[in-house]
Amino acid sequence: MGIEKFKELDPIYTQPYDPTLAEKLYNPEKPMENRITDIGPPYFWQFMPPVIQKNYGKWVSHEIIQPGVLKYKSETGDVVYVVRCGTPRLETTDYIREICEIADKYCGGYVRWTTRNNVEFHVTDEETLKALIEDLKNRKHPNGSYKFPIGGTGAGISNIVHTQGWIHCHTPAIDASGIVKAIMDELFEYFGSHKLPAKTKLALACCLNMCGAVHCSDLALVGIHRKPPLVEDERLEHVCEIPLVIASCPLGAIKPATAEIDGKKKKTVRINVDRCMFCGNCYTMCPALPISDGEGDGITIVVGGKVSNRISPPEFSRVVIPFIPNEPPRWPTTVKWLKKIIEVYSQYANKYERIGTWINRIGWERFFELTGIPFTEKCIDDYRLAYTTYRTSMHFKFTKHVDEVFNAPEIYKVEQFK
Amino acid sequence: MGEVKKHDTPKVDQLKTGPWPSFVDDIYSYAEKHKKQACFDIMGQMELSYINRETHWKHGGIVGVFGYGGGVIGRYSDQQEKFPAIWAFHTVRVHHTAGKWYHTAALRKLCDMWDNRGSGIVNFHGSTGDIILLGTVTDQLEPIFFDLTHQLHWDLGGSGSNLRSPACCMGKSRCEWALVDVQELDYELTMAFQDELHRPAFPYKFKFKFSACPLDCVASVARADMSFIGTWRDDIRIDQEAVRAYVRGELKPNAGAFSDRDWGPFDIKKEVIDLCPTKCMYWDENEQKLYINNSECNRCMHCIAVMPEALRPGQDTGIAILIGAKAPILEGAQLSTLIVPFMKVESPYDELKDFIYKAWDYWMENGKNRERIGELIQRIGLNKFITEVMGLTPIPQHVRVPRDNPYIFWKEEEVEGGWTRDVAEFRKRHPA
Repeated sequence: MGIEKFKELDPIYTQPYDPTLAEKLYNPEKPMENRITDIGPPYFWQFMPPVIQKNYGKWVSHEIIQPGVLKYKSETGDVVYVVRCGTPRLETTDYIREICEIADKYCGGYVRWTTRNNVEFHVTDEETLKALIEDLKNRKHPNGSYKFPIGGTGAGISNIVHTQGWIHCHTPAIDASGIVKAIMDELFEYFGSHKLPAKTKLALACCLNMCGAVHCSDLALVGIHRKPPLVEDERLEHVCEIPLVIASCPLGAIKPATAEIDGKKKKTVRINVDRCMFCGNCYTMCPALPISDGEGDGITIVVGGKVSNRISPPEFSRVVIPFIPNEPPRWPTTVKWLKKIIEVYSQYANKYERIGTWINRIGWERFFELTGIPFTEKCIDDYRLAYTTYRTSMHFKFTKHVDEVFNAPEIYKVEQFK
Repeated sequence: MGEVKKHDTPKVDQLKTGPWPSFVDDIYSYAEKHKKQACFDIMGQMELSYINRETHWKHGGIVGVFGYGGGVIGRYSDQQEKFPAIWAFHTVRVHHTAGKWYHTAALRKLCDMWDNRGSGIVNFHGSTGDIILLGTVTDQLEPIFFDLTHQLHWDLGGSGSNLRSPACCMGKSRCEWALVDVQELDYELTMAFQDELHRPAFPYKFKFKFSACPLDCVASVARADMSFIGTWRDDIRIDQEAVRAYVRGELKPNAGAFSDRDWGPFDIKKEVIDLCPTKCMYWDENEQKLYINNSECNRCMHCIAVMPEALRPGQDTGIAILIGAKAPILEGAQLSTLIVPFMKVESPYDELKDFIYKAWDYWMENGKNRERIGELIQRIGLNKFITEVMGLTPIPQHVRVPRDNPYIFWKEEEVEGGWTRDVAEFRKRHPA
């Protein structure tokens, strides 16, 4: 069954919600009765404001008139102003209703979200724009945080795309919304301004599954584990498919085993802990291999990735800080390092240089020196394709690292090169 | 509604202050207003996680609506006695619209439904793109689905080993750089593949993402098993008078993106010509004219982004298709690989659908459990995937550089005389 491709608002939305209807329609005895399936999402066209419908595909240019406020010009002569506001992504229906109230008051009832969790309000004249901006600035939560901070454009930091964390996920190594709040509070000035050398996109994934892929971000946080999974011998054979568990390990570190519990033999597995890289894939496959641990889990910081093709091709982010412990509720060490990286980048990069393109110009050794991030063997890849990351040339710089390790006479000992 | 039980959450409460919107204030305000025990309980469980630094959600939980194998994620608390209102706290994925445009009439009705049947907590939006309704119990799943389909004309999104809800950028609705109508493409393919979206038949998840230009605002090259990216193959359109206006400092470079810092006067040589990755541009100071050798351009769009009033992409537009991006689990992160450099796309997109089915058929036949298509390509080789699986002719655009080793898997039919040889004949020529 299909629903019409509504070009104007589907009249269903003007009918009030009936809280009793579903119970009348759904019959557990006959589950197919009254069932509508495969209708997909509503057709987008009906949800676009008239100025957008009229100028669809006719836009000629845009201008950011102030941070978070854009003006688009159409070949028809029409203009549309957009106010972009950061949201926490994790919110309530009352917050959405407040967005609706604003959209009804200023925007004819239309609103849009961006890929990076910003909400956008559209108006067509400057007077309404001014009133809208003033209104948005004055809306605050009871303890003073802005409900709708304006920004997220140009050479500033983006809103953070992130995952669920402790609020809703079953495999996270870290929280998500709390860390994002702590970071954005500290980097707030960069969200609503254009003072960085280029656009800087931040992202957070609370485990390596990365339901929000962060591996190509300017600056990203990834939750990691550092203790091998526990093996629940008692329970494993009842809740897990052992061959699938064994196959789930990318390093072949899991083997079948038998354990004796109260005189009964139980099929289970054993983990070769020396081979475990703590990816957590086995736990995804088997609930009897819990891997989370308050002491073991924490944050890896990766930098320098991007997805845009602008100037240089898309690139992966690279690990610069292998581990920072979870420090709820404000994660001060993590926030401190992120701020440091942003500030050093802001000070040294050229206009238009993303964090990754800046580092490619100055070299990773210089990045570590300027930021003061200690370089350790943990930053040297030893997984698949590691060789592609080795330095196989004479193109390097003499940073403090060379002085400290190779020029100090006492370390010119055989041990150093063993 | 009876009395609600509140929990002390001193750690979580510390996230109420500071300028960035506080989800804690929002959830507590909502909880107080609607007397929702689930909201107090989830904050209580959050506090426990902030003390233990571990999640308190049990592993998995298979729940869903009749006839679908995705769209609902089961979730159960491991602290059910302490927080009974969230003993079950399932997620419902509601398929977002293409370009994420909404009318408030639809959103309000969705909110009314969720207040009635769930926690009132949502994500706008989840990582893949869906509207996420966070927190309900199993008994409410069918009524939610009936409310969505009957009262909102709205369907669930994908989860599990399904086609995940496709996502696109804002495309032609607002962007002058949209080279292809990604919203229409997103909608049409979403509707064409409803079966794949709701009923798991794949080895693992599969994601489509559509970016209307190479700036790739939806990160399709990093996030999608199949990335569709708009491009053009004719000349960049130049308004020479507007170029001169930038040079004279009358227009703001990059549409005003650098407005809060003094970077000095605009320098077209330094900021555009010298940063061009193919060095295909030339600014003639005497003529005051910009030249572009378009055949050498790789369409990175830097010059267009710096001077949006002066330069526009070409008009012979289409999509490129790249395949295989994924996050690190298991074999390491991958970006999508260019497979089709240019394709004209028009409704009903039959050529595109054939292409997609070809890739899916092979992956469904040959993919291992939880093997993404990008990993399958690595396992069998890109050359085999291009030629034997997709039936395409390889071109240099498929690789960044050619291989550095000559370990080529020649086939017998490619070698003169085949592989059957007579060892006696060999020894006649070469006595042992």
